[in-house]
Amino acid sequence: MTPDLMEAGARARAAYEERRAKAGGRQAAFRRLQALGEPDFVHGVALYVEDITVSFDGFKALNALTLSVDVGELRCIIGPNGAGKTTMMDCITGKTQPDSGRVSFGSNIDLLRLSEPQIAQIGVGRKFQKPTVYEQLTVFQNLELALKADRRVRAALFHRLSGVQLDRIGEVLALIHLREEAQRTAGLLSHGQKQWLEIGMLLMQDPKLLLLDEPVAGMTDEETERTAELFLSLEGKHSLVVVEHDMKFVDQLTEGRKKVTVLHEGSVLAEGLLSEVQANDKVVEVYLGR
Amino acid sequence: MTRLLGPKGWAALVAASLTVVVLIPLLNLGVPAGSAFHLSDFHVSLIGKILCYAICALAMDLIWGYTGILSLGHGLFFALGGYAMGMYLMRQIGLEGNYKSELPDFMVFLNWKELPWHWSLSDSFVAQMLLVIAVPGLLAFVFGYFAFRSRIKGVYFSIITQALTFAAMLLFFRNETGFGGNNGFTDFKRILDVPLATPGMRVVLCVLTGAVLIGFFLMARAIVTSKYGRVLQAIRDAETRVMFTGYNPLAYKLSIWTLSAVMCGVAGALYVPQVGIINPGEMSPAASIEIAIWAAVGGRATLIGPIVGAFFVNGAKSWFTVAFPEYWLFFLGALFIAVTLFLPHGIVGLFRRRGRE
Repeated sequence: MTPDLMEAGARARAAYEERRAKAGGRQAAFRRLQALGEPDFVHGVALYVEDITVSFDGFKALNALTLSVDVGELRCIIGPNGAGKTTMMDCITGKTQPDSGRVSFGSNIDLLRLSEPQIAQIGVGRKFQKPTVYEQLTVFQNLELALKADRRVRAALFHRLSGVQLDRIGEVLALIHLREEAQRTAGLLSHGQKQWLEIGMLLMQDPKLLLLDEPVAGMTDEETERTAELFLSLEGKHSLVVVEHDMKFVDQLTEGRKKVTVLHEGSVLAEGLLSEVQANDKVVEVYLGR
Repeated sequence: MTRLLGPKGWAALVAASLTVVVLIPLLNLGVPAGSAFHLSDFHVSLIGKILCYAICALAMDLIWGYTGILSLGHGLFFALGGYAMGMYLMRQIGLEGNYKSELPDFMVFLNWKELPWHWSLSDSFVAQMLLVIAVPGLLAFVFGYFAFRSRIKGVYFSIITQALTFAAMLLFFRNETGFGGNNGFTDFKRILDVPLATPGMRVVLCVLTGAVLIGFFLMARAIVTSKYGRVLQAIRDAETRVMFTGYNPLAYKLSIWTLSAVMCGVAGALYVPQVGIINPGEMSPAASIEIAIWAAVGGRATLIGPIVGAFFVNGAKSWFTVAFPEYWLFFLGALFIAVTLFLPHGIVGLFRRRGRE
């Protein structure tokens, strides 16, 4: 969170990578070192976005945005189109480098120094607005690829699923209601089912932080309801950031007691309970003034 | 989990192996020339040649069909493998060239007095065979590393590979490059001190090529049925998802790209002693595009499809160019349009659909 903590975190990560390489991936050495490069959540903050600014050709997509999400928190982010919600996710997941500012995961991992795959490996999962699954593979294979495992080429060449891993895939299949469809090609699923599959793929990675960009877009009311239940069951085990337009869905998720963040023109316009922000004059103006 | 091959697949594989190893030698060497079952020398060479093309088509399927990266420069890797073999074959001519010189004829013609540096290993069969693998592999690795690291994708990548093979062709056309200029290498006499132009050698090379193709096919099958193979398909379908799942696509793309190039290099090395010539024409853009056509016609992402496609297109070519020489290119164009419009999954896709219905 503070610059020196993040320096220390970066150093620890480098040391961890080096020692892991030296250990040749052997399990015994691996175990002992595991804690070193991992995010530190002792301070109770999972994600800390501080003062980030992103501009595209002079247009400020994000303008000194500051935001923090606690460990285990479910945070909804709302805002009109072009408010910078997707750009914010791009910055957190390494797709876009902000012009200035800091993004830290836990108190010690500087996400701006890592690449997209590294960020995913360290425990940040992201769901895209448009469902992105591997259309030609089966539902089962989609989940298998997302399963937390060594991501290197040689490991993938000789990978065999263990019983524990099979069980885990079965568990997630049940959770996302796709058990019957396990051997179907993912491209044949309905839009809502693809959304669910992508969420399932995120869960397979066992992420500490989940970023969900409009997860219920294109879902039926029933599917939306079930998605809300699923997210509520994940709360506490994972930190979730949900970007959504559907106010009914946000209302379900916040259960009248959780904080909602309103983004507008690249910075935070208001923060508080859904009922509070809906009564906020500035928010009303932004939403209805257009 | 996915098996290497199903029972039917193994049966087909055994049948293919028997055809190559037993049937072809038997029909060519064992059956007298007058018999209706005799396989002529011409056909043995033709089959041998097409088997080389089939290896290229298989390599193309790994990179295009499974990984979604369309290379329009695979002819370059094929030619490089061919040139590495050709250099050795040129040295095997010994003093029997037109100029009765220690040096290959084209060097005498250019008034060169000694072998250039890059020919220093050309007397050794083993060294040149290593170069067959190392040269295309290294070039593909370096080129691929920079292209994939810069996240060059889709049509841009295809165009760059096309430019690469074109540039190489221009380079090899020059006499100073030391590869025989536009005539390339020809007039080979021997390989491993055994004469090339004998019926026995023709069959041996054809059988060897068939065996290499079958070996490569099994390797490719093992690759695509592994988790690694599924990551490749995932890269083809949704590369960003792959990255955000924690895989680094660079390592995956680079490894399969390099392997694919090496396979083409090996095909080129098997091709040259069978057709008896290698020249920069093999690096022409059209030659590389043809490899992609074989894969598309046969059926992408099926492994067997591109092999079928290579046989179908080249078989048709050898028949058409004799029967209706002026219409061959029209036929090829029509074939490609027909496949694009009506057979998105190629010839193999047609049979699979039939089977399902």
